[in-house]
Amino acid sequence: MSTRNHDEERLGKLLSALPAVPAGLVAAAKELPRTRHELDRIVELAAADAEFRRALVDDLETALRAGGHEPNRFVIEELRRRFPA
Amino acid sequence: MDEAQGVSDAGDAGVLARCRGGDEAAWAELVDRYSRYVYAIAVQAFRLSPADAEDVFQETFTRVYERLDTLRDDEAFRPWLAQLTRRLCIDRLRVGSRDTELDEASLAEATDDELGRLEEALAVRVALESLSENCREILDRFFTRDQSYRAIGEALELPPGTIASRISRCLGRLREQLEGRKAVAVES
Repeated sequence: MSTRNHDEERLGKLLSALPAVPAGLVAAAKELPRTRHELDRIVELAAADAEFRRALVDDLETALRAGGHEPNRFVIEELRRRFPA
Repeated sequence: MDEAQGVSDAGDAGVLARCRGGDEAAWAELVDRYSRYVYAIAVQAFRLSPADAEDVFQETFTRVYERLDTLRDDEAFRPWLAQLTRRLCIDRLRVGSRDTELDEASLAEATDDELGRLEEALAVRVALESLSENCREILDRFFTRDQSYRAIGEALELPPGTIASRISRCLGRLREQLEGRKAVAVES
């Protein structure tokens, strides 16, 4: 095998070395700036509204939907951490 | 600076500065550039399950977003990211091995070679981004998506007999890109 072919073979292997990432994961990571804004907005709202805060603790996802939010997994996990049931 | 680092870090400083300024498109660009690398560290170097790798991936980018202001040297972004991902993988393995002692030194030794290979692969992927759309497409289909000459020919409306020579030509251009970037990294 020539040096050129050997180089090509090695380059090909390196090109295959990084696997594709599930598309949803990449999309969620790209959404992080917006997700953080949404999270901050919900936390502010909860700080100002005791009823909403209680609703979050009782049933997080229902309270969010009732408030017009469609949170992703990151927001839900972070809110669960901040407002444990 | 090692060569792989010099190649993969090219252009990070500008993107990072835009990210700090709240530019969402820059953040998306950063995620695109490094998502395969982060995921590969989790699934290939540390052999995490898909579910654990997803958690590590999400946690890594969340921490990067939150801590970007603490990074002192933008040229050190790639090693900083690798170290962060590595730490999160080890934490994940520790949680999964509560009953047995996790030997971090052996784990570091076992993963070092693979991490070096992934760094090199990242450098190649960054260089790939500078090629023409046609070359990117054909190399990605053949090497990443594992498509046959025939499938590539059908998708790109090219005679299957020309695919091998086009792949070879695009690999040649990729090699030139890498060699050019390495020369710049060594000079600087």
